[in-house]
Amino acid sequence: MGEPLSGPLPWWRDRRVLPWLVQGAVALVVLLLIAFLLGNLVRNLSAAGMLLSYRWLQQPAGFDISETLLPFDAGLPYWRALVAGLVNTLRAVLVGLVGATALGTVVGLASFSPNALLRGLARSYVELIRNIPLLLQLVFWYFVVFLALPNGEAALQLPGVVLAKSGLFLAWFGEGLRWSGPTLVDGVWRAPLRLTVEFSALVTGLVVYTGAFISEVVRGGITAVPKGQWEAAASLGLGPLVTLRRVVLPQALRVIVPGLNTQYISLAKNSALAVAVGYTDLYSVAETTLNQTGRAVEVILILLGAYLVIDLVISALMGWLNRLVRIRER
Amino acid sequence: MAPMRKLLSAASLLAALALVGCASEEGGLQSQKLATLKGRGKLICGVDGKLPGFSFVAPDGQYTGLDVDVCKAVAAATLGDPSKVDYRDLNSSERFAALASGEVDLLSRNTTVTLSRDAAGGNGLNFAPPVFYDGQGVMVPVASGIKALKDLAGKPICVETGTTTELNLADRMRELKAAYTPLKFQTGDQTYAAYLQGRCVAVTSDRSQLAGKRTNFPDPAAHTLLPEVLSKEPLAPATVNADPAWSDAVRWIVYALMQAEELGITQANIDAKLAEAKAKTNLADLRRFLGVEGEFGKQLGLAPDFVAKAVKAVGNYGEIFERNVGTGSKLKLERGLNRQWQQGGLIYSPPFR
Repeated sequence: MGEPLSGPLPWWRDRRVLPWLVQGAVALVVLLLIAFLLGNLVRNLSAAGMLLSYRWLQQPAGFDISETLLPFDAGLPYWRALVAGLVNTLRAVLVGLVGATALGTVVGLASFSPNALLRGLARSYVELIRNIPLLLQLVFWYFVVFLALPNGEAALQLPGVVLAKSGLFLAWFGEGLRWSGPTLVDGVWRAPLRLTVEFSALVTGLVVYTGAFISEVVRGGITAVPKGQWEAAASLGLGPLVTLRRVVLPQALRVIVPGLNTQYISLAKNSALAVAVGYTDLYSVAETTLNQTGRAVEVILILLGAYLVIDLVISALMGWLNRLVRIRER
Repeated sequence: MAPMRKLLSAASLLAALALVGCASEEGGLQSQKLATLKGRGKLICGVDGKLPGFSFVAPDGQYTGLDVDVCKAVAAATLGDPSKVDYRDLNSSERFAALASGEVDLLSRNTTVTLSRDAAGGNGLNFAPPVFYDGQGVMVPVASGIKALKDLAGKPICVETGTTTELNLADRMRELKAAYTPLKFQTGDQTYAAYLQGRCVAVTSDRSQLAGKRTNFPDPAAHTLLPEVLSKEPLAPATVNADPAWSDAVRWIVYALMQAEELGITQANIDAKLAEAKAKTNLADLRRFLGVEGEFGKQLGLAPDFVAKAVKAVGNYGEIFERNVGTGSKLKLERGLNRQWQQGGLIYSPPFR
């Protein structure tokens, strides 16, 4: 035991005060920077006589949107157009997430296959897709694959699915909830469920691209489970599939979920490349709106806000999933 | 107190001098942009770059076209050399930001003059006189059998985003009560690729643009323009509002090309005309126009002979039109509205005086 310190500690060496001071200073600098940038924006906009205003959102949009889930026409206001674009974005993102997860999981598992051909295919897919820019891939899917499809009789026909230049026709519950497939009427395909080639090209591009990254996340997660777990399960007499499902995957998920979150978010953001393949997503509508109204700052702020909210929602859901799969201490 | 009063009177004297100085200075408000240009020795001109007849990179790597010739005329008039231009290819949604941020000095990119683009509360641009009076048209394959706009009901139509074309198309189709599917693309390349691949039954844009793009199609004769003109599209070079002196200079360089045609001054005879103006003191109009006398150049902040330099570089307006888009060119467009006013067209230069 040494001599106790005599006298009170000076405040600038007090560990209870110091962190607060440093953090306060950093926060002040950040706030000042934000205030400066905002002030700059407002000053320049008022100098140009264009202070932020969102009144134009109520004016009629005057342009049409090719495919919408909500009814839309040119007479409806701009905000309705933006909402229709947002719904289109969400539709592509949701389908893309499901597809990319399924593809990524299958490919990730395939890279552990005892079959060398399957393993090789999985590895080549990942290496090929990861190293080509997404924009190029989207343009490839749209112009080289989907737009090269024939129409009418010559269209690509599979059971329940018809691939034609005029769209992707799927079997679904049609009139009277009867399951019905695509039919050819006067040289034009009809089906209960029709996806446009633009939507199909975008989703295919996003699924194939993000699937490659997700398969690596899955592979990493499975590799992180010690080999001993496989061996222990085998020695208990469990088959490989049961081992995977009951022993390995529950442990691997803890590693996989945070990585998936990143991939999901990047898929949501990448969906803004839709305009390259003629799909009218939020970005595409916003671009037209910006051009017609000249309200660049306001439109960009709406875009930033919308993508931020989409990504935060994905993060929150994945955080919830992460808590669900974490090790429960008993 | 006394020194203070002295200081005040000195200051007021200085202010008065400055006022007198301003009034007697012929240059008037000096253009910041012109000074920048001269310092840099280059004009940065925003063009489309992919539109035959207007701005297109020829096989030898040189930019050619009507819009490009406007850039060259401005470079010749301001810097004395038509080759001192850096071209920037801009798509239709980048163009105004590039101009507003000062990335380009001049936008010569088949841009339609509209109220919202001109207004200070809109895009805040300044437009030079239109160099091409155009209108929105619709192109269809001849084989499709489509003869009029109303035949397009229920069909997909390819549109390039970021233009007034979407709005015009929606307006006309609403008038006709015809539903249709607009397929929007960000660049012209994608728009025309989708059209050629057969995704759309029609593609809509300015008629001049359609005629220009058609020259690059595998089989130009297989595509035809519908008779309907959907809109008025006066295409004009643009500058920013912030520098009125620069905008004036560009405006009068463009007028000079039109006036030169009216006076019969061509690229071939400009030297002879200049010699004639110098020799004959009675040709006052011509002498002022070509800068032999008077101060037109100086008032705009340009060289006295800026008109002669511009015409020598690219020829008069009629020559520019014929060379790039006229009946002798690949585009084979009639002069139509783009004739001189004496021939019933809209090309009309205010007097140079």
